[in-house]
Amino acid sequence: MQATSHAAHPAARQDTHHEAPGFWRSYVFSIDHKVIGIQYGLTALCFLLFGFFLMLMMRWQIAHPGEAIPLLGSFLQGLLGDVAANGIISPELYNSFGAMHGTIMVFLAIVPLAVGAYGNYLVPLQIGANDMAFPKLNMMSYQIYFLGGIIMFVSFFIPGGAAQSGWTSYPPLSMSVPTDGQTFWLIGMVFLITSSLLGSVNIITTVIQLRAPGLTWMRLPFFVWAQFTASFLLLLAFPPLEAAGVMQLMDKVAGTSFFLPTGLAVGGNLANISGGGSPLLWQHLFWFLAHPEVYVLILPAMGIISEIIANNTRKPLWGYKSLVYGALGIGFVSFLVWAHHMYLTGMGTHIATFFQTTTMIISIPSVIILTCLLMSLWGGSIRFNTPMLFALAFLPMFGIGGLTGLPLGFSVADIHLHDTYYVIGHFHYVVAPGTIFALFAGIYFWFPKLTGRYMNEYWGKIHFWTSLIFMNFVFMPMFVQGFSGMLRRMSDGAVQYSDLKVEGVTGALSSTVIGLNNFILWGAVGLGLAQIPFIINLFWSISHGEEAESDNPWNATTLDWQTPTPPPHGNFVTPPSVYRGPYEYSVPGTGRDFIPQDEPPAAR
Amino acid sequence: MGQFLNLPPIASDQGPGVNGLVSYIHWLMISLFIGWLIYFIYTLYRFRASRQPKADYQGVRNHASSYLEVVVAGIEACLLLFVALPLWARAVEKFPTEKESTVLQVMGQQFAWNARYSGLDGVFGKQDMNRVKADNTFGVDPADPAGNDDIQVLNEMHVPVNKPVIAYISSRDVIHSFKVLAMRAAQDAIPGMRIPMWFKPNRIGKFQVFCAQLCGSGHASMAQGLIVVESQEDYDKWIASKSPKK
Repeated sequence: MQATSHAAHPAARQDTHHEAPGFWRSYVFSIDHKVIGIQYGLTALCFLLFGFFLMLMMRWQIAHPGEAIPLLGSFLQGLLGDVAANGIISPELYNSFGAMHGTIMVFLAIVPLAVGAYGNYLVPLQIGANDMAFPKLNMMSYQIYFLGGIIMFVSFFIPGGAAQSGWTSYPPLSMSVPTDGQTFWLIGMVFLITSSLLGSVNIITTVIQLRAPGLTWMRLPFFVWAQFTASFLLLLAFPPLEAAGVMQLMDKVAGTSFFLPTGLAVGGNLANISGGGSPLLWQHLFWFLAHPEVYVLILPAMGIISEIIANNTRKPLWGYKSLVYGALGIGFVSFLVWAHHMYLTGMGTHIATFFQTTTMIISIPSVIILTCLLMSLWGGSIRFNTPMLFALAFLPMFGIGGLTGLPLGFSVADIHLHDTYYVIGHFHYVVAPGTIFALFAGIYFWFPKLTGRYMNEYWGKIHFWTSLIFMNFVFMPMFVQGFSGMLRRMSDGAVQYSDLKVEGVTGALSSTVIGLNNFILWGAVGLGLAQIPFIINLFWSISHGEEAESDNPWNATTLDWQTPTPPPHGNFVTPPSVYRGPYEYSVPGTGRDFIPQDEPPAAR
Repeated sequence: MGQFLNLPPIASDQGPGVNGLVSYIHWLMISLFIGWLIYFIYTLYRFRASRQPKADYQGVRNHASSYLEVVVAGIEACLLLFVALPLWARAVEKFPTEKESTVLQVMGQQFAWNARYSGLDGVFGKQDMNRVKADNTFGVDPADPAGNDDIQVLNEMHVPVNKPVIAYISSRDVIHSFKVLAMRAAQDAIPGMRIPMWFKPNRIGKFQVFCAQLCGSGHASMAQGLIVVESQEDYDKWIASKSPKK
């Protein structure tokens, strides 16, 4: 396993008090929250890369429909057979890639990175705990996640291929596609949901029970609040989808009709089902999870950003309480907005009014959080290192993502924009240059704590600037395409809707709009190349990076930096006590510009 | 309105409303974003470490941002109450009567649109979903004489200009979405449900129908749908040409 290189240090340097566990116990079946966090992190990064490659192949197909994929075409054909005949992605394979890109990115890459990796590694450190409340449950949650990932991954290689109905898996389509990939998807989802539930219970319990003496709620770093809120969202929103997943599985394998109505005639004749179900029921259950899930993706990112901004402005966060209440407000209201994904399913004015109102309400705490972070910059002494650059870029990028959610929140505007590339642009701005930038920022920031070495600054900055530019090359044109009405999930990049096909049809797409597909493709290729410095930097710096001067090289205040480097099993040399808030930077009348949370007040 | 976003042409009475709302929101978004960006860049310049070696513990002391938040929330509330909700109520509840409208039933299937007109008598024949077959998409009851003159067409749907169109949208296999971009009208086609939508075309021409919901491997090719808006005389001729000869 790749985790060995990272985790080698704790075992080597510490553990003097009791016998060092063997290889399997240390790296594979470890119950140490830090090892589990790194396991989560590396697995999720692999899936992130894999999900990106799926997208890259889709972008090729969109920009060059019917043409073989360069370089990878014959490999793909050898691997997957007829669906990639002659190296050309068939519509079936495109739909598989589309469904799996979404599923992998959300459930196997971002959530495991943001909550599994960051939550596991940092929450116990930041609250001054020895480990998570339930270490074995923690190990189990990683293993179940890993199994879920395997199930999703192997579904590409079964006859018929992986699921083809989008990451949303709307029945009856998901029932009617002739592949068992959907069954794999559903079983995989049950595993992933179970894993998230175990993880969230663990984080919630840990935060409530294991805070160091003196670490009151309002002294918690905002990162911990963000993880805590996100865990509640996972805990409360995932069970409905788990139930729905099992119901759809029964529809698929046991002949029930939870989601299948009477009179269904797929392919001509009446389907042999009992009927009486409702396809809309699935949508409600799915989005009841999937909207809070969006905030599971974004809240930990905001937490990471807050830590890095406070540290690199050398001043306390502005409006800490507003941030905390904003996060809690987002968490609460996120359960009341799900049907804004369903405005076009035949929604009357009453229901539409309710969901539009809640959607506008949830924009307010989001704006408050973003404003607090922007205001925090004022009066700072801003250091522009790589983590800070990523953290700063998060603000306008997430700003674009958040603002473009506004028109989608109005049902009338949704008539025009629903299911267009505008939607794709919107949520990718939230998740890609938003959350993923935050995750990058966090990796650069906490790397010295994990390894005792910095990542390379020069290559880090190259990674940052190229990623920022190419991200915008990829996602900005999507708004233009969306305004023109170009729809998502078109395996040929919408050439069938081209105005070149039929003369004189109003509403067909111009060749300029469709031509943007090619621009986006090369933006995506550039974005892929921009990650190469990062990948090399990440592994090279483990052993060759510049050594950190101390255990607290960024002069940070929170408890995670007041440990030996890397933190040993049990984390702290002596159990810490906390005497002050999380961001006591540049306190007037003190010599240093930071006071760690666990530093006793000076004797008078 | 809507020109600065390069929104596509409109051909229905509700089009300007939709365009207007989309544009208003974008004015709000763009002004907020530019404001933020100016503040952001100026702050980064003014408070960079080399120029400001020591940070200010307090930071911002005023509450300008709170007022801004209240203003944004106020604008959102106004847009919602005075623009979005009335428009939506018009679109989904204030239907014209069937008498003054062109009524058609639309049934999505993989990968085409079927449409059914009540024909010269103006009455649809009875339907039963259990009768749906490959050659009976709408599950029409052959015993009902009212159905004898019903017209069924594939993909190309003719309607007269300046007369409301009520379309009952459904699907017989998977979820599709019936979207007529130029009319600013869209409705998901959901099996087991028959959901009405309406729009009033106000100019003659051919208008693209999009399938806006992933419906299988042929989703991208489900592009033959057309709304043909024509004068009342042309429409009457078309109906006559499609009707069974007496």
